[in-house]
Order: sequence, then structure tokens, then C-alpha cells
Amino acid sequence: MNHFTPRRRRTALVAAAGIAASALVLASCSGSPAATETPDEPVSLRMTVWTADETQLAQFQEIADAYVAENPELVSDITFETLPFADYTTSLTTQLAGGNAPDLGWIMESYAPEFVQSGALADISQTLKDAEGYEYDDLLDSSLELWQKDDGLYAYPFSNSPFAIFVNTTQIAAAGQPNPADLAASGDWTYENARDISAATAAVSGKQGLVARDFDFKVWENLSTIWNGWDAEPWPADGASCTFTEPEMVEAMTWIHDAIFVDGAMPGPGVTADFFAGDAAMTITQISRASALDGSFEWDVLPLPAGPEGQQNVIGQAGIGVFANAKNPTVAADFLAYFTQPDNAEKLAAFFPPPRESLLNADVLAVANPKLSAEQLQAVVVDGIQGAVTKPTHVNFAKVQDAVRAQLDAMWTADADVEAVLDKTCSTIAPLLKG
Amino acid sequence: MTSTVVEQTTRTAERSEGPRPRRSAAVRADWIVGYTMVAPAVLGALAFVIAPLVAVLWFSLHDWNVLANTFVFSGTDNYERMLADEGLKDSLLASLWFSIGLVVFNISLALLLAVLLNQKLPGTTTFRTFFFSPVVVSLVAWTIVWSFLLQADGGINGFLSLIGIEGPNWLRGEFTAMVSVIVVQLFKNVGLNMILFLAALQSVPEEILEAARIDGAGAWRRFRSVTLPLISPTILLVSIITIVGSLEVFAQIAVLTGGGPGNSTTVLVYYLYQQAFRFNDFGYASAISVLLFVIVLVLTLIQWQTRKRWVFHEN
Repeated sequence: MNHFTPRRRRTALVAAAGIAASALVLASCSGSPAATETPDEPVSLRMTVWTADETQLAQFQEIADAYVAENPELVSDITFETLPFADYTTSLTTQLAGGNAPDLGWIMESYAPEFVQSGALADISQTLKDAEGYEYDDLLDSSLELWQKDDGLYAYPFSNSPFAIFVNTTQIAAAGQPNPADLAASGDWTYENARDISAATAAVSGKQGLVARDFDFKVWENLSTIWNGWDAEPWPADGASCTFTEPEMVEAMTWIHDAIFVDGAMPGPGVTADFFAGDAAMTITQISRASALDGSFEWDVLPLPAGPEGQQNVIGQAGIGVFANAKNPTVAADFLAYFTQPDNAEKLAAFFPPPRESLLNADVLAVANPKLSAEQLQAVVVDGIQGAVTKPTHVNFAKVQDAVRAQLDAMWTADADVEAVLDKTCSTIAPLLKG
Repeated sequence: MTSTVVEQTTRTAERSEGPRPRRSAAVRADWIVGYTMVAPAVLGALAFVIAPLVAVLWFSLHDWNVLANTFVFSGTDNYERMLADEGLKDSLLASLWFSIGLVVFNISLALLLAVLLNQKLPGTTTFRTFFFSPVVVSLVAWTIVWSFLLQADGGINGFLSLIGIEGPNWLRGEFTAMVSVIVVQLFKNVGLNMILFLAALQSVPEEILEAARIDGAGAWRRFRSVTLPLISPTILLVSIITIVGSLEVFAQIAVLTGGGPGNSTTVLVYYLYQQAFRFNDFGYASAISVLLFVIVLVLTLIQWQTRKRWVFHEN
């Protein structure tokens, strides 16, 4: 029986229609079709970045303003929006979900396959190749690999920062340990030696030994800087199967576990140690961290040590992509070509090791890294980028990363069965790897 | 006077089969004023409560890939997926343990503190301030401080070592991590419940307690048979807000444990956050939001219905 009077029914219908309309408005926030034409009037561009460094932002703005001055019919203004590094990708995807996609954005290497494969990014290869004086062939093939799909390029790898090992020579000398630089010169710079020196130094200093910076028993992919020396990998290049259970990975993870819980060479879970504050003998981190050194102790920087399978350089990358669902991808791609052309790439090299072969030399890089000698820059940065691999990436990285983190938590105890943990890790992530 | 006119008008309209008589200008003016008064609240509720709720329901029926910018109707797929999702079951279990631990300890401790601070003793005002002060502190700041205290080489283990006890690595053990999160939340909010209980205790008529004392009732008997029934409406209020709050815990988990170790502290809201903002699966996250809404609604209704059995003096 319907108790509604006509008036009440009308009211209810109006209310329901209002609610439905609100819902549809919200639902439509999932983005509108991208415009691909050159705009009729000048547009505003926005690029998301995770740096808050005023010097860097000023440099970006200077290049952007020059582009606006040269192309007043295309662009009215360009802004750089800083998002916090810790939540960068989350903030970015939230913007995409809200229909507020930036025109361009920095992308972390770990999420590169996900962004590239999903169609979130526009193909910029032709725009870069066609740009006058761009010298596309100057870009290192190895640096582009992560950002390519078929024949397309979906982001420009503006930062290619090698991982290196910083050593506190003051602490090491005080502990009577051999100088790592001497070991590197004689070809004996190995993880075994690094572990022994770290453990002995920590025992004397009462501080910590070798710190894998930013690992913190959560960001396990940073351990790739170590396990690459064992020629281990969590999954093969196609990302379809789990190789955590392969002998080389078991051996590498056992080495890491024992370095923490048996040798005391690495800090355990829940222990904080900042190498740059003098809390540790060594740290594995990216070369850009050198700016944190304040001269309170003597230090050196060396390439990553060799494992049983030799030495493997590792780089951390970041790309600049143009979002396919932004309002002006064509103009944004044109700006990206300008932003990364040789002259501007050299300016950006003051902060980020570039992907251009012509700029990868100690002279250019010395501008950005005044604390490093020409020899250090050559050995760690120039040589470190050549033939380097990136940290693990996967098209389903976010889910895989969290699943692996949860499983590896069981390994960070003194009595852990490393092989059993890795077995369970593989059985857990196998379905995720297949997508 | 006005209400009488309205009632008469309504009754007349219901009896008559002809066209409704026109309301007087005064009544219309009253209505306009009334609707104008409630309009902001109603519009606010529509825009910020009802519309998002309907939107979430709508999103939950879709497969929404943020990166690919696809929004495809998938019917009940997300709800069917929930039934087979082991991660969701684990998060529900974690939420259950967290809620039980928090609710039991929070209400018990708040009541105990309120009873203690209801005594006429010197210094009670200072202690009330001490226990209430965490309530006004920023939740994230509070949690960050606790994260330092709970580290293996943090303040708590440092204190324990002074008395010869080797403390555990609080945030790395599955049990101790859950206990840590509960304790952090407990000390953050126990002061608020304590103040509510304190207000209720101070409204208990002294003459009733005196009568019970004259009848020979001891302290415990007076508390159980007189005080508790008289403050039962406050117990209902506190239990509802504490249970709902315990199911919506997020910041403490995000800052302290990140859902770990393993997935031991991945409670429902944190799991929802992961699905939406880390895995970009907004459709599925919306379905989990609906589940959370239903759980909170059912628990609140259960408490509301059972109040008739144990809440006294509702009026």
C-alpha cells in the first residue's frame, strides 16, 4: 500500500533525483576524454614533483618561463606542484581519480611499468624526436628501457642516480680496519669485506655498521643493491614468475639475515641509524645524498661492492611523463621536449644525473656535486650509470611490494628460517605476478 | 497557538475530499522561517553525507581503474570478491581484536579513573588535567612520539632496562604490535571517556547513596546497585562512540606499523586505504566502505536495541 500523497511522492522524487545527480556528478569525476588538439587559446600547465628544494624549483621555473615567453600562443603559465615524497604516488593517483590530472608529473621507477602499461601516460617519443635540436639519439638506451612500450616512450628519465656506498673513514680507521678505498683499488672491495669491516667498526664505536638507507625493514626493494652482487632477482624480466626461491636469492638473503642477526654488521629492526649524522660506519644510498655530509667526520664514497657473482651497478630512476587524460597533452609534450632539450638538460644535470651520454662526464656533474672529486664522480656516477640495472619494478608493483613486505617481516627475527620465508613469499605473490 | 491552527488545518484537509484550503499567510511565513533555519544543516547533510554515501554505493558497483581512466559497471563483482578475499578476512579479524582490546580497556580504565578522581582529595584537578590532555594533542604528533618510544632502542625499553627487564621489539612482534597500537589509542582517548563518566558520577544523587549506606550496603554493593544503573546512559554513549571509533582507527596504524608486521595490524580501514590509494582499486575500496558502514550501523543498532535491558532512567 502506498501511503505517499502526490505532493510527498513529488518531494521524494525530487530528493532522489538530487541525490542521484550528485552521485553522477561525483562519478563523472573519474576524468574526461583528453583533448589532443592544440588549444585555441593559451593554456596553463601543471607539473607535479616531489622536490621542495627551492633552488631546483627556481631552475624549473626559469626554464618554464622561457618556454612561455617563446610560446605565448600556446601557454599562459606553467606551475610546479610539490607533493610530499612519502605519499607522492598516492597523491598523484588521487588527483587522477578526482579528474584533476596534472599535465606532467614525476614518476618513480618502481611504478613505471604500472603507469606505462595502464595507458595513463601519453607517448612522447615522436614529439621528442621531432623537436628541433633535441638529439634524441644522445639518450642512453639503457636509461629509456623502463619507460618504453612497443615503439613508444612514455616518460623522459630525467634522473638516473646511481647507488653507491659511503664510508665513515674516521670510524673505520679508529677501529683499525682496512681502508675500503684501498680494497677497491686492489679489487678486494666485496660484500664479505664490507660486512667484516662494518661489524668490527660497530663493535669498537658502539654505533652501527652497514646501513641500507631507507630500507627500514619495509622498502625491501632497496636490498637489490646487495642481492645484485649474487646475481639474484625477485622475478625475471617478464615479471611473470617468482624467483625468491632461487639459490642465489636464498644465499643473498641469508647473507643479509646473518649480517643483521649473527655478525652484527647491519642494524636490526627498530634501530635507527643515520650515517650522515655519524651513527654508522657505512651506508648504501644514492649519490645525491652527498649534500647531507657536513664535514663532521672524514668520509669516502665508493661503487657498490662485489658479491660472489661480481659487481653490479644499480641506479634509481625517475621519469617525467605527460598524462594522457590531462587537458592539454599535446602542449605538455611540447613543453617536455623543451624542458629536456640539450641546453636545459645540462641545467637540470646540476641536480639530477642526466640520461644524455654527452652530459655524463665529471665536468658537468661536478657542478652538482662539489663535495665529490673528479675521480669519485667518474667511478661512482659516470661508470655507475653504464650498464646499471634499476631496482625491481613490476606492472603490479604496489600490490606485490606490500605482499612481499608482509611475508619478509617473518625473516627479520634471529631464528628465522630464511628459505621457508622465501618459499611462502613466492606462494603468496605468484598470483599477483600473473596479474 | 500556531500549532493548533496547523493541526486543525491538517485534520480538515484529511477529512475533506475537495481541494485543500489555502494556508494562512502566517502559517506559510512560519514554514518559510522554519525551512530556512534547517536548510543549511539539511543541505550540508545532503552534500557531505547522503550524496557521498550514494556515490560510494555507485562506485562499489564498478571496476574503476584510475590509471587507465576506465569506469566499467561490474554489478556485484566487488561484493563477490569480498567473500573470497583472505586479506579482507584477516583485516576483519585484526579489527575485531583491536576493538575488543580497546573497548574493554578503554571503558574499564576510564570508569576506574573517573571513580578515583571523583573523590574529594587534594590534587584530583591536576590528575584530571593530566589524563585529559592527550585528547587535545594532535593524533599524528602523539603517534609519532609513541613510535620513538616503542622502538627497540626507544624510551620504553630504555626505562625497562633500568629495572632489569629486557623489553621486546614492540612494533616487530605480531602480538606486541597490536598491543602497542591499542595502548597508544587507549591513552589518547581514555581522558575523554573519563570526563564523561566523571560528569555522570557527579550527577548521582547523594541521598540515594546515603540511603543505601544506611540500609547496610557496602562500597562495592553501592557502586554495583546504585551508581552503575544511574550512570548507565553514559555507559551506553561511551560504548557506542568507543566501538565506532575503534572500527575507524587509521592514523595510528599508518604511522606506527604500516599494517605490519606481516598483516597483523592491518585493520579494516587501513585495508580499505590500501585498496583505494595504494592499489588504485577504488571500486573494491568502495565496496569495503559499504561493508564498514553496514558493520558500524548494525553494531550501533544492536547497542541501541539492547539498551532497554540495561540502561535506566533514559528520560
